[in-house]
Amino acid sequence: MMFKKLLATTAIAVAMMSTGVVQAADIKIGLVVKALGIGFFEAANEGAQEAAKELGGVQVIYTGPTSTTAEGQIEVISALIAQKVDAIAVSANDTDALVPILAKAQKRGIKVISWDSGVAKKGRQMHLNPSSNALIGEMNIKLAADALKAGNFASGDVAILSATPTSTNQNIWIEEMKKVLPKYSNLNLVATVYGDDLADKSYREAQALLKTYPNLKAIIAPTTVGILAAAQAVKDAGKIGKVYVTGLGLPSELAGHVDSGAVHSFAIWNPIDLGYAATMIAYNLVKGNGSDTKIGMGRLGDANLDENGEAAMSEPFIYDASNVHKFADIF
Amino acid sequence: MQKITTQKWPLPKDLFSIKKLPWEFFLILITVFVFILSAYASPYFLDPWNLSDATFNFVEKAIVALPLAMLIICRDIDLSVASIIALSSVAMGFAAQYGFNIPVIVIIGISVGMLCGLVNGAVVTHFEIPAIVVTIGTMSLFRGISYILLGDQVLKDYPEGFDYFGQGYIYWVFSFEFMLFLVATLFFYFLLHKTNFGRRCYAIGNNPTAAFYSGINVKRHRLLLFVIVGALAGVAAVLLTSRLGSTRPTIALGWELSIITMVVLGGVNIMGGAGTITGVFIAVFLMGIVTFGLGLLNVPGIVMSIIIGAMLISVIATPVLIKKFSQRKG
Repeated sequence: MMFKKLLATTAIAVAMMSTGVVQAADIKIGLVVKALGIGFFEAANEGAQEAAKELGGVQVIYTGPTSTTAEGQIEVISALIAQKVDAIAVSANDTDALVPILAKAQKRGIKVISWDSGVAKKGRQMHLNPSSNALIGEMNIKLAADALKAGNFASGDVAILSATPTSTNQNIWIEEMKKVLPKYSNLNLVATVYGDDLADKSYREAQALLKTYPNLKAIIAPTTVGILAAAQAVKDAGKIGKVYVTGLGLPSELAGHVDSGAVHSFAIWNPIDLGYAATMIAYNLVKGNGSDTKIGMGRLGDANLDENGEAAMSEPFIYDASNVHKFADIF
Repeated sequence: MQKITTQKWPLPKDLFSIKKLPWEFFLILITVFVFILSAYASPYFLDPWNLSDATFNFVEKAIVALPLAMLIICRDIDLSVASIIALSSVAMGFAAQYGFNIPVIVIIGISVGMLCGLVNGAVVTHFEIPAIVVTIGTMSLFRGISYILLGDQVLKDYPEGFDYFGQGYIYWVFSFEFMLFLVATLFFYFLLHKTNFGRRCYAIGNNPTAAFYSGINVKRHRLLLFVIVGALAGVAAVLLTSRLGSTRPTIALGWELSIITMVVLGGVNIMGGAGTITGVFIAVFLMGIVTFGLGLLNVPGIVMSIIIGAMLISVIATPVLIKKFSQRKG
């Protein structure tokens, strides 16, 4: 009796399986994410499907483990190898642990790229970064200039609220910002302060900036913790419309502040574009389009590869009142 | 029923009285059934290389499941096995960094596993604290030590040739890992079913007090089992580390539950006293085939967990229901 029940269970399992079988496509690309059920990656899948539709004859298999482990990703990747996919595009949970299995995939003729979160050079043909340091630095200054324009200020003081003084990428971005500042003569950088990526410390540092610099028009926080804390500080100080906060942040966290006016616009990668670009690159690699230095990303133009086989997709994507709510549901 | 008793093929005479059939019979039946289904559902399933690749994803866990079955038969449990794997992998990583050669690295890995098992066993038997409590503690302890030692760093200076354990093949599609698992199965089969040591496991599992008064050194026996589990966790650490080619403190995170699932699915009574190595051996393949078959069809992991969970509950419920059913009949 129980055995019948087991049979029934298995039959249900099989019924579920058969729905997973998809029609044959010319090219199969496995899009492996850190874990399923994360909004950011669901959005990337949306972009990947868009690319597949645009290309035609391409099937994107969106897959990933249930938790963000390297072992789980290896299991998923071995299933993709078994299905003889043509390419694998992975956002890796571990830079090193995935190398052996991805090397095996390459040995079996599968093109491998990493995107978002990379794997070591031996395990992939190229890595797609969402953006580059130079583009991020430039974008932050541009956003500050936009904020001044939004407030109808001809010129004014700006300050940077960073994470920790030792944070490598923060420091590189601040360097890059300083490089492009001369192009924006109306921006006067008065201070760089550090909130250590702690909400309360960032909040206090932002408060101090507001008090110390009466002519302050914009706070640039290239950190998701800092930008949120600074927006709250501006709001609490009643300086909405007088001081704008901008930088790098998450739409879901900042939608409220965009509504209130504390934030005019901010930037972060666009996960849809990222999934789209990764799929386009994977397709082009399979087709043999592109060279060691340049490969196409469809509507996003060409990716230029450096000597490590890394490329930057684009400048960070700008979010403002027109699109922040759409993306707030995603990440 | 009468018709069935006249059947000539070598099935038990009264087929309907399924309680007389060994547990392994059902497991084999289900496993074969799932195997055929998977082969039917995916054109990629019956490829020897694909099947061989699939074994890599479960043999390390299976190697730990074998001794753990014996421990559970003895009414104990070890929830810290995955953390032991992590700590032992970290130890090997440092050994490799200091330039030790492969045999030394392997010995260090297995020794650290045994040491962890010794800690578990000593605390459980000496202070008479339930194993589940102790090993929940050491699960965090061993993992915690790995985090303290390594932080967000990675150890990957393994010497040339170390990758053989987790990536090498002995012959054709038969990997070193897989063959080692077969050897380990034979070893534990003999240990549990053909030796006094094995018989004592059942005696202790069924009635520790009676076992004690019949002259079995219960404490020493349990302690020894914890050390064996630790040692095999160390072996699994060697294989997994070699397969990944690197060590991070998150290695083998969450594996303890998959390992215990294998044991329980194999028909080992979680309350102790009953279970066979054969059952665990088949259950390992059942889980492996289900996971691989569903993976080939790109069934999301969450659905996979649901199916494995349903399978597990059915398996645990079956003996209970059969017992009830047969009692009502009789």
